[in-house]
Amino acid sequence: MTDAPHLIEVRNLVKRFPIGGGLFSRSHKVVHAVSDVSFHIARGETLSLVGESGCGKSTVGKCLARLIPLTEGEITLDGQRIDGLSRSQMKPVRKRLNVVFQDPFSSLNPRMTVEDLVAEPLRSHGMARTRAERHARVGDLLEKVGLAREAMARMPHQFSGGQRQRICIARALASEPDIIICDEAVSALDVSVQAQIINLLMDLQKDLGLALLFISHDLAVVEHMSDRIAVMYLGRIMEIADRESLFRHPRHPYTRALLSAVPLPDPEADRDRAVLTGDVPSPIDPPSGCFFRTRCPMATDRCAAEVPALRDMGAGHMSACHYAEDV
Amino acid sequence: MTAQPPDPDAQFAAAPERPQILAPPPQRSRGMAMLIEHPTLWIGLALLVLVTLMAILAPLIAPHDPAALNPAFRVKPPSAEAWFGTDMLGRDIFSRTVYGARVSLIVGAGVAVCASIFGLAIGVLSGFLRWADNIVMRVMDGLMSIPAILLAIALMTLMRGGSVFNVILAITIAEIPRVARLTRSVVLSVREQPYVEAGTACGTSTLGIIWRHIMPNTLAPLTVQATYICASAMITEAILSFIGAGMPSSVPSWGNIMAEGRALWQVKPSIVFFPAIFLSVTVLAVNLLGDGLRDAVDPRLAKQV
Repeated sequence: MTDAPHLIEVRNLVKRFPIGGGLFSRSHKVVHAVSDVSFHIARGETLSLVGESGCGKSTVGKCLARLIPLTEGEITLDGQRIDGLSRSQMKPVRKRLNVVFQDPFSSLNPRMTVEDLVAEPLRSHGMARTRAERHARVGDLLEKVGLAREAMARMPHQFSGGQRQRICIARALASEPDIIICDEAVSALDVSVQAQIINLLMDLQKDLGLALLFISHDLAVVEHMSDRIAVMYLGRIMEIADRESLFRHPRHPYTRALLSAVPLPDPEADRDRAVLTGDVPSPIDPPSGCFFRTRCPMATDRCAAEVPALRDMGAGHMSACHYAEDV
Repeated sequence: MTAQPPDPDAQFAAAPERPQILAPPPQRSRGMAMLIEHPTLWIGLALLVLVTLMAILAPLIAPHDPAALNPAFRVKPPSAEAWFGTDMLGRDIFSRTVYGARVSLIVGAGVAVCASIFGLAIGVLSGFLRWADNIVMRVMDGLMSIPAILLAIALMTLMRGGSVFNVILAITIAEIPRVARLTRSVVLSVREQPYVEAGTACGTSTLGIIWRHIMPNTLAPLTVQATYICASAMITEAILSFIGAGMPSSVPSWGNIMAEGRALWQVKPSIVFFPAIFLSVTVLAVNLLGDGLRDAVDPRLAKQV
């Protein structure tokens, strides 16, 4: 893995949040938000990160964008380490990597015009020197995301959720990045608007050769737009595979349970559902061995003793289960 | 995707038509609408404009030189010659009161502006730098634990001698902690907003984030706070002058006029009465303006008081 042909390469990413602990009371408890996560994203590829709420998928995205510091691990962009860079050193990296957030209402400053919002990356990366140049670029970007040029004179509150997400996408595109991290970018939107935004993202990706890290909990959306999918549970990657391979032949009991939880349009459909019992364990005190073993129908003593490594099951299909062959 | 829109491309093709959906910009300006909706705002503003005009046009309005002595005509009750009467040295109290507005307004505005600027800087600093926060806010707590008027008296004593500048400086130092606390609280809440994170992701520098995302959000509460500080600074100035720690007694300030009238309070209450009325009305005007501004800027707070 040292030849680094990949755009993004994440190795053994760990993020722990200390909890409590004020000036006088030092608490040693930590939340293990992300444990030992490794993956890569190729140029122009969409990798989806799925998992239920609180499994650390957004934390991975934020660490990758260096919006929060990571505890351990390596992140490289085109072979260059970006995990230890200072704020000013990150600046050229931020030109190549931008983020679209979940909530299109709070991620646009309500006091700025659309022009100022979309021009923010242009300004900070010195990409448009004059006002006229900025004006023209912002207009082009708005058209690219399906909004009218005239929209730039308006304030964000004059737009609907879907339109605001388009503004966010225009802003993310402004610095001509290589990769955009979509942190639950469509989950706050109506289903029909979701579809529009997803199609927009896919069109843009095709036109501009963008790579996407698509963080989502919606398997239907993920199936529609991903090249590869990584399934997370309690801060670990359980399985990572091509879309086809993951949906047809899941190699992890958790993925199987997730897939069987997707609602089908036909209520009469006969299905063999793998229903999970119990709750997700606390990330403050995760179980030993395999994190999923407390809810896994296949768990044995070995699962409590050994942490299963991600193993290649062939053709890049990786699973972190001791019994992946039997799933 | 389980739910496809009928035709996603139609969405993009229709783009140029979009502006028509948006409401036309309102005809009436925002400022006018604010004035009509909030009566306290325009009553306060009107009163304040009157007092300000009086201060600016003092030489035209005042019938006499405020410092001119007239021993033969002293301690007179209000009359056609001297509307508010004369003091123990025969000076015309109406003229002195009109000129006194200048001191109050300059001190009020000066303190409001200076305390806002320094308080904003300190508040932003401690909201952004966690290590500075503990130190700065403890110092502010210390300053706040001393009553503002006592602190101002102590500072005036340290500075030896009253001048407008010294009075403004002393009251400003006493008022800064309130602004700093307010600004800090706004900064702490705004810096967690996703749009600040988005700004960072766009490569905006820390200074750019503060300037473009955080400062504009502090402006509204700060403006409201500044009016209250202006009102309280005017009262503090009057108190300082009254006890002889403020403006030199040669300057006709409302506090000074009252101080001079204090000895004759029982025989000639009008000497104290008129400047006191002017001070009260001016402070009321500024407070009304502040209340109106607060209601206009943050409707959620409006009905609570």
